[in-house]
Amino acid sequence: MSTEAAQVHEEDHGHHHKETFVTKYIFSQDHKMISKQYLITGLFMGIIGIAMSLLFRLQLAWPEQPFGIFEVLLGKWAPDGVMDPNVYLALVTIHGTIMVFFVLTAGLSGTFSNLLIPLQIGARDMASGLLNMISYWMFFVSSVVMVISLFVEAGPAAAGWTIYPPLSALPQAQPGSGTGMTLWLVSMAIFIASSLLGSLNYIVTVINLRTKGMSMTRLPLTIWAFFVTAIIGVVSFPVLLSAALLLIMDRSFGTSFFLSDIFIQGEVLHYQGGSPVLYEHLFWFLGHPEVYIVLLPALGITSEIIATNARKPIFGYRAMVASILAIAFLSTIVWGHHMFISGMNPFLGSVFTFTTLLIAIPSAVKAFNYITTLWKGNLQLNPAMLFSIGLVSTFITGGLTGIILGDSTLDINVHDTYFVVAHFHLVMGISALYGLFAGVYHWFPKMFGRMMNKNLGYLHFWVTAVCAYGVFFPMHFIGMAGLPRRYYTNTAFPYFDDLADINVLITVFALVAGAAQLVFLYNFIHSMFYGKEAEMNPWKSNTLEWTAPVEHMHGNWPGEIPHVHRWAYDYSKPGFEEDFIPQHFPLKEGEEELQH
Amino acid sequence: MNVLLIFSVLVLIAIALWQITKIFELSQEKKVSTQVANDKDNDLNGKLMFAFLIFIYVLTLYSFWAYSDVLLPEAASEHGGDYDQLMWISFALIFFVQTITQALLHYFSYKYRGEKGKKALFYADNDKLEMIWTIIPVITLAGLILYGLYTWTDIMTVEENDEALVVELYAQQFNWKARYAGDDGVLGDANVRFLQDFDGKNLVGIDATDPNGFDDVVVQELHLPVGREVIFKMRSQDVLHSAYMPHFRAQMNCVPGMITEFAFTPKTTTEEMRLNPEMIAKVKKINKIRSEKSKELVASGDTALDPYEFDYLLLCNKICGASHYNMQMKIIVESEKEYEKWIAEQQTFAEVIQ
Repeated sequence: MSTEAAQVHEEDHGHHHKETFVTKYIFSQDHKMISKQYLITGLFMGIIGIAMSLLFRLQLAWPEQPFGIFEVLLGKWAPDGVMDPNVYLALVTIHGTIMVFFVLTAGLSGTFSNLLIPLQIGARDMASGLLNMISYWMFFVSSVVMVISLFVEAGPAAAGWTIYPPLSALPQAQPGSGTGMTLWLVSMAIFIASSLLGSLNYIVTVINLRTKGMSMTRLPLTIWAFFVTAIIGVVSFPVLLSAALLLIMDRSFGTSFFLSDIFIQGEVLHYQGGSPVLYEHLFWFLGHPEVYIVLLPALGITSEIIATNARKPIFGYRAMVASILAIAFLSTIVWGHHMFISGMNPFLGSVFTFTTLLIAIPSAVKAFNYITTLWKGNLQLNPAMLFSIGLVSTFITGGLTGIILGDSTLDINVHDTYFVVAHFHLVMGISALYGLFAGVYHWFPKMFGRMMNKNLGYLHFWVTAVCAYGVFFPMHFIGMAGLPRRYYTNTAFPYFDDLADINVLITVFALVAGAAQLVFLYNFIHSMFYGKEAEMNPWKSNTLEWTAPVEHMHGNWPGEIPHVHRWAYDYSKPGFEEDFIPQHFPLKEGEEELQH
Repeated sequence: MNVLLIFSVLVLIAIALWQITKIFELSQEKKVSTQVANDKDNDLNGKLMFAFLIFIYVLTLYSFWAYSDVLLPEAASEHGGDYDQLMWISFALIFFVQTITQALLHYFSYKYRGEKGKKALFYADNDKLEMIWTIIPVITLAGLILYGLYTWTDIMTVEENDEALVVELYAQQFNWKARYAGDDGVLGDANVRFLQDFDGKNLVGIDATDPNGFDDVVVQELHLPVGREVIFKMRSQDVLHSAYMPHFRAQMNCVPGMITEFAFTPKTTTEEMRLNPEMIAKVKKINKIRSEKSKELVASGDTALDPYEFDYLLLCNKICGASHYNMQMKIIVESEKEYEKWIAEQQTFAEVIQ
């Protein structure tokens, strides 16, 4: 494109986008603004989710003790400041739902897919800005409905985040299964629609809108991760929607998909022929891939940040892509490992053990590749890098115990104990949260044009890292001792009295970890307005987003979109002065592009 | 009071953290506050990475040392030994991999911390290495999978036989009942639709038209003869429950509308388990904790806690409502003779409905 043409194009742009406050900040169709909206909504939900976990941790450490804070926050659900058992279950349920879906799916994948897909592949925006906007606003509505459900008379949903029927289907079974559960289902149905719109948009954008030279094998690993995540989402989320719809039918229209032969509150119900096991299959068909929907974007972000800050190419690019694909494929055929003891045929259990343990292979490849990327690097240990290394650490620690839980035999005795809680919090909760933090620290300059405070970032990381292990490591032990999860208190079993001290320790770590997140929040909000102004490419990174101007503009690049001539990981390549070569730099004469 | 104190300390810590961050903020006004790490940051955080490795190791070792007495209680069923062996083999493997990979990760983070002017090694690919760390997990996991599946099939294959004792575990919000098959060894048909027959005396909904049901015995405490296989048939009348018996390495969900199964052979009687030195130590520890708590309770005018005596447990391990945390049944393993005496004293269904 000649300079003249570029100018014409430019003017065209300026003319086209006369923006009002509403179109710029609220109903924006610009992917960068939508990404910020996702992030801020996700963080807001995260505050609620984490605060809830601190409340039930207090109850677990000091069971049935009165706390002023309970009276203030829970009102009549904590008579005299003592938490009601139904409220405990509600807190556990909503904590899980919010963290898994609203924070780590929408807040993580929604934020960074939106921000990075167009910027890193060299596109002016998403394939459909309108759908993108609708996707965000549906997410917003579903968040509002979920928050509203906290305020209904009988309390929010309380059947665990997996909402297994009949508990979730029958208001007689627990108060949370009334209006609270209806709102939960409505909220999730909207959420799923939002997620599908978003995912379809990501897939189409990655396939169609890559700039010249950006072949699939030159895509940064972040984009590979977001792309594959979107595909898993499109494949598995509709199944959850069907489960939710059938559950709504059972609840409100008297069908018997999941219910049969029930006697409750002195009354035989009319349901016949349904099976809760069917619901478990449908739920986990999404539920397990969901773990990877949460985790893969975090791993993609980590790949990018580790390579950039190690000043080294990511080790084994092809193997990394292959393992993302392998994990994605396997993730859809392992759901039964959540159901080894559900009454499902034991032979089926054998099959799921086999497929489940296979996932360890691509995961191991990824972990080793990260470690090798660090080897002989020149590590720039900024907060984003620390969180990425932290992610690899918790991913390994949490992933390894998966070998125990994925083995149907061993699952018999640790199923639904604190061992499980420890496992999945480390491998998907903490790891994905670290991915979120790493992404925020790394791309904050891109999102807000300012830098965050480094030392606060360090403080945030180290306190969080120590506390994350402090909270979840001991949980393995109380789980091995046989302590079931979702118990309001363990005092009903004197046999567990010797575990009470461990529970106090865990809660103290959790409270300190919670406080450390305030440091992050302060840093985030403060830096947004008063942070040092960012330069264009603060991390000396290779990917295309750092060639776009700091000041946001519609269409991302003022002139022509840069063309791509190499992969994203030419760091410290021999024969070059600088230790990075951005993707849009043409190959030098005689320079060979790495065959990958 | 203690709680209030700890809580206020934590709130103060939170406020302190907030204040410290502000001080940080102010003290950096002069310097340029940027997120880009300089040599000093790299050096400090690299060293902290190494310290963190030590933290992980210490935490692991301390936990194993301090909590070894609460880990997997001694198995009291025949397949329990196989289970524990598989568990410890898997654990050894995990422990080994964890130690090495965390060491590499954190050591590299420390060793290769950045310095201005240093250049990293351009090292993008090595098929041989990738091959090695694909093949090794494949072989190890193949072994584990085969071993696991062998044990799984062994445990889960339930074969009906004349020797075995057939017991139904019946779950409801929020308690357990057990039904013994009686002399004929066959459980009578049952359905929740019969629960209201006989003025509610039909506790688990036995079908009164099925003659097999008349000699069935319904009880609230589970008695098992030692050394004899028990085949459990699980039912639930309302929501999902899970029958979890950690000492026997046994668990199975109870699903309304269907019957699930699990079988094991108890090998240690309750009496024998109470005399197990580890168990004696554990009970002593628990009673120490309880007596200290009792002192506090008595001081504040409450009643003291009962001293604890060991019994096998059946817990509910699937969220089932408000009192999920207290849905339990005592299990007593005893000699065949004691068991026969006990069961003979119980009322049969025919006697109950008379």
